[in-house]
Amino acid sequence: MNLADQIRAAWTWLTASAHWSGGEGIPHRLLEHLGYSALALVIAALIALPLGALVGHTGRGGFAVVTVANFARAIPTLGLLLLVVTVTSIGLTPVIIPLIALATPPILVNTYEGVRGVDPDIKDAARGMGMTGTGILLKAEVPVAMPLILLGLRTAAIQVVATATIAAYAGIGGLGRYIVDGLARKDYPSVVGGSVLVVLLAVIVQLAFVGIRRAVVSRGLRN
Amino acid sequence: MTLAAANGGEPLIRWDWIGDHTGQLADLTAHHLKLALLPILFGLIVAIPLGLLCARWRWLYPPTLGVANVLYGLPSLALFMLCIPYFGIGSGGRADFTIIVPLTLFSLSVLVPNVVDGLRSVPDPVRQAATAMGFGTLRRLIQVELPIAVPVVIAGARVAAVSSISLVSVGTLIGNGGLGQLFVDGYSRDFTTPIIVSCVLIIVLALVSDGVLVAAQRLLTPWARRGTR
Amino acid sequence: MIQFDGVTKRYADGTVAVDDLTLQIPTGQITVLVGPSGCGKTTTLRMINRLIEPTSGTITIDGEDVRAQDPARLRRGIGYVIQHAGLFPHRTIVDNIATVPYLLGWDKKKARTTALELMERVGLDTKMAKRYPYQLSGGQQQRVGVARALAADPPVMLMDEPFSAVDPIVRKSLQEEFIRLQSELRKTIAFVTHDIDEAIKLGHTVAVFKVGGVLAQHSTPDELLAEPADDFVREFLGGEKGLKRLRFNRDLDRQDEPGAERQDKPDVEAAER
Ligand SMILES: Nc1ncnc2c1ncn2[C@@H]1O[C@H](COP(=O)(O)OP(=O)(O)OP(=O)(O)O)[C@@H](O)[C@H]1O
Ligand SMILES: [Mg+2]
Repeated sequence: MNLADQIRAAWTWLTASAHWSGGEGIPHRLLEHLGYSALALVIAALIALPLGALVGHTGRGGFAVVTVANFARAIPTLGLLLLVVTVTSIGLTPVIIPLIALATPPILVNTYEGVRGVDPDIKDAARGMGMTGTGILLKAEVPVAMPLILLGLRTAAIQVVATATIAAYAGIGGLGRYIVDGLARKDYPSVVGGSVLVVLLAVIVQLAFVGIRRAVVSRGLRN
Repeated sequence: MTLAAANGGEPLIRWDWIGDHTGQLADLTAHHLKLALLPILFGLIVAIPLGLLCARWRWLYPPTLGVANVLYGLPSLALFMLCIPYFGIGSGGRADFTIIVPLTLFSLSVLVPNVVDGLRSVPDPVRQAATAMGFGTLRRLIQVELPIAVPVVIAGARVAAVSSISLVSVGTLIGNGGLGQLFVDGYSRDFTTPIIVSCVLIIVLALVSDGVLVAAQRLLTPWARRGTR
Repeated sequence: MIQFDGVTKRYADGTVAVDDLTLQIPTGQITVLVGPSGCGKTTTLRMINRLIEPTSGTITIDGEDVRAQDPARLRRGIGYVIQHAGLFPHRTIVDNIATVPYLLGWDKKKARTTALELMERVGLDTKMAKRYPYQLSGGQQQRVGVARALAADPPVMLMDEPFSAVDPIVRKSLQEEFIRLQSELRKTIAFVTHDIDEAIKLGHTVAVFKVGGVLAQHSTPDELLAEPADDFVREFLGGEKGLKRLRFNRDLDRQDEPGAERQDKPDVEAAER
């Protein structure tokens, strides 16, 4: 099967009306996929954003943050998933935990580096104008660090969306089902079609972040 | 999909299993390293010239970055699947490329932007001074901008290497995942020891590779400011 | 001698940075280009070593049109010093200074020996030779920048606000050493600054520019102070009060300095011979 055949097969699979309805249908699987991804991302952000900002602001604990993030990056997502499934059971937890482990490092490191890297003159000026710790952090450091913070969130989002395919292994659906089931049944069009859907989703996430960047990053900081 | 029973009574880790399987563990570790690090090597070999081209002809960069971003978003599992028809399935020999090629693409998606960012991190006065002293474009890129880009390139290589080492294990789903083979082995037998052992080994491999790259950077860039950055 | 003949530079966006400039930069002297920000000083300077190409007009060095020469070759024969030195962070001080000699294919040992000599010349301890730029202070880096520009002994030096990024005390000592160095080396120097005091202090002649790249006056410091050509120049010199102060400082400068090296300063003909 060459590339052209693969593309043709995927196209046929994707455009078959039978694949667009019901619990096994693409819209339903897509929603599941987005659901796990969003949940994991939000939890990771709730952990990483405040922690990264705080460490970056105080300048204390930076080494620990980078080390922990590196360690988390090294954890094999699939291994963690299968371990949690084996110890507990299939369900949402085994999917969400590895995804959080995946999403946290880029957000944490970028927020930390972003806030820490803010030009000392800017911090000085903010202090000189009478801002205090929190004020400096929220009104000066975070807005200036925003491009890097968003980059971290984007990296995390893309990785999560791509990796949430493994949710299929915990038996809770998502677009990964087309890939995993297709593999088991040697149904290549389903594998390729499912992959294409995940890729499209990743591209959409990228585009979404271009929009978010426009909305939250001050014009003075772009480029 | 089989339902995994809660493993009552069974300890999380059985130490004697490790002793009985050292040979297998060593083989899998070696194979894992090969599958994970060859892509980084290939990635560097391609990314450096590509990054230089993008720095030389700036219009090349936006489309290249676009492609890199899309590659970054590809689920590795999907890419492995797409490669099966070309390189086959299983472990060893030609089938290894089913894993190596996608991971090379992945490492490129990390390395190319880093090479370009690194080249762009060269301070403008430095670039101007080089030109004013009579460096041609190519000589300037290779003798001035590339060496200055090394820390950023290595930072990219660190992320790529750690991720790659973790991603190889996904290959177990198509029968070639290095240490990841033990995930499925343990999972299907409802036996946590192999899963934990291979997870730990993978993490250790990642951290050791990271340390080696940090050491390489120290060696290659004695001129870089030490400490915070 | 560097000669500008009816040189105009219009940037792609329509900005006229230099407007029909005719100017002579005599051999062996310091010609200071001074003027408010954006008046085209940097543009003028960078057209000499072809970092920027003029829109029209010609620039010649000793009668040779710069446009007739290969840019890289031309540049290796012209020293260039900029505000933040632009040292190569990845090379040691001695290798930074030896950059152009290496480019010219000198023997490595000879290049390094020259570099070490130059370090002493610009007042740097040779113990710093193996250090990297980040291990030097701003003033020391600037000295390395000057030494690097001198390394291949180019007859022409272009200096764009070389001393403006350091504090006043360091600046003063850099200026004084620069005067001493020039009295030994007698390079043809085009020196850009926006500091009128520096211009008066260093220049054999001073060229005052207006915004829009128009040359307002080109004369010796004494003439400039005695007879500002128009209201703009007078204003730029700080009005009557500023003129008074500058004249006063200039008298002090002269008392400070041992006669010989300054007396020959306005002697244009002697230097050009
Ligand atoms: N690449 C460019 N494109 C368009 N306009 C430019 C460019 N470079 C400089 N200019 C404009 O040309 C004019 C002269 O610039 P130049 O840098 O020569 O001034 P300058 O006298 O060196 O100023 P300063 O003292 O601030 O360094 C300015 O109006 C500047 O904005
Ligand atoms: Mg300028």
